[in-house]
Amino acid sequence: MYQDVIIAGFGGQGVMLIGNILAYAAMGQGLNVTYMPVYGVEMRGGTANCTVVISDEEIGSPIIFHPRSIIVMNQPSLNKFQPRLVTGGLLIVNSSIVDTSSVPKEKYKTLLIPVNNIADKLGNIKMANMVALGAWLGATKAVDIHHIEDAMTKMLSSLDHKLIELNKKALQEGFNIGAKKSEI
Amino acid sequence: MSENKERLLVKGNEAIAIGAIDGGVECYFAYPITPQSDIPEYLSRELVRLGGEFVQAESEIASINMVLGAAACGKRAMTSSSSPGISLKQEGISYIAGSELPAVIINITRGGPGLGGIQPSQGDYFQSTRGGGHGDYRTMVLAPSTCQECYDLTIWAFDLAFKYRNPVLILGDAILGQMKEPITRWKEREINPNEGAEWRLTGKKGRKQRILKSLYLDEGAMEQHNLRLYKKYKSMETDLKWEEFMVQDADVIAVAFGSIGRIVKSTARKLRGQGLKVGVFRPITLFPFPYERIRELARSGKKFITIENNTGQMVEDVKLALCGICDCGFFANMPGKVSTPEDFIQPIKDQFN
Repeated sequence: MYQDVIIAGFGGQGVMLIGNILAYAAMGQGLNVTYMPVYGVEMRGGTANCTVVISDEEIGSPIIFHPRSIIVMNQPSLNKFQPRLVTGGLLIVNSSIVDTSSVPKEKYKTLLIPVNNIADKLGNIKMANMVALGAWLGATKAVDIHHIEDAMTKMLSSLDHKLIELNKKALQEGFNIGAKKSEI
Repeated sequence: MSENKERLLVKGNEAIAIGAIDGGVECYFAYPITPQSDIPEYLSRELVRLGGEFVQAESEIASINMVLGAAACGKRAMTSSSSPGISLKQEGISYIAGSELPAVIINITRGGPGLGGIQPSQGDYFQSTRGGGHGDYRTMVLAPSTCQECYDLTIWAFDLAFKYRNPVLILGDAILGQMKEPITRWKEREINPNEGAEWRLTGKKGRKQRILKSLYLDEGAMEQHNLRLYKKYKSMETDLKWEEFMVQDADVIAVAFGSIGRIVKSTARKLRGQGLKVGVFRPITLFPFPYERIRELARSGKKFITIENNTGQMVEDVKLALCGICDCGFFANMPGKVSTPEDFIQPIKDQFN
């Protein structure tokens, strides 16, 4: 089993958080995992990305130039990472704010999901990242969803635990969409 | 995979700090600098909780001299910094080596020269393995490539420092310091109150005076001192450590250390997929360096390429190992560039021609 993903978006969209949660969940499932944040002078409103590699074998590079999947939460991330995605790779796009006419649909397994709108309908637009992570899980089945839920409890400060139930809903909603869309 | 012990998802920096705790660090002195500040952040919380000493000193120079003082009292003492900060510590490291004191020094490097930047670099290989400060001394140098190794090697570093009464340096970079990976803690923290009892300074009441120093003015004294140090450095070869990855049937062996050592493994797997027999040799102790093992592999007809995130430093040691047998290819990934497995495909392929 091997899977890698680059998760990218604006600073503040929570791309680092879902990368961390995914890594934690993969560890919970007994897999090897690396989480590599882009580091540098990051700030809210700037771009941020991280790379997560999951495998049942030893992981060599934590840095991936040609990822098997990407989650892009904004336009600059699509422009930057889509050309690097392997042919046939999984491309999850936040279609709420990305110009979908610019998304190549033939070369990749492309899922256009309005994660902002979905999160907003569920009660908090900030959960767009959870919807996107859920969609990725639904499409890849790389990690069991209950490990993600455990990871949320363990990684989030107890002050934020009141938000977990709603986030689980967002995750599940994303999962259902990801699973359904990837069957087509 | 066995799940006997709980795994922790931590940054390489945090793994080093946890390794220091479990390795019995009693005193930590440092001045913060990116990309290693997670180490003081962790220790400021956890070491103090365990009754250890944590001092954020006024400078790098002050902190290394505090390490010297604590080490002279037989304490397990550590400092950490990043390249320019480690340069500032070199005078103190030379004095610690000259006084034959145990200390652990962590260098999570940045690109240089000068203030450089916070991007990854392996540009401090020469400084680390050739002493770094003035005088003809060496520090033991350990180069982890995973977060688990950050933990394991930090524990080992304290034992080695006391075994040889010598500074031991851990050389990592920003990739390793900032990435997260699961680690397993396997060592219980314990403090041996008798460590260094035969040489440490505790007040001379009831025993003969002891002097720890690096000054030797009497005729012949410095010569004898250097001879003793030289023999000690040679004896460190009993603790050589390296990893061989698919080298047995390899035609070409890529030699790389630290973060590049693990990235090259992915390149080797890709090239194996194309039918090219590539292996990876990863020195874990950079001083002492595993010359003899590389020589052995060369005698069996294998070709070599050294890959580094600098313009060519460890390659000199590999060439020394290969001297008279064969040459060594080299690929320089410039300091400041984050390497990916794809960067190394062509340079390794070229070795097959």
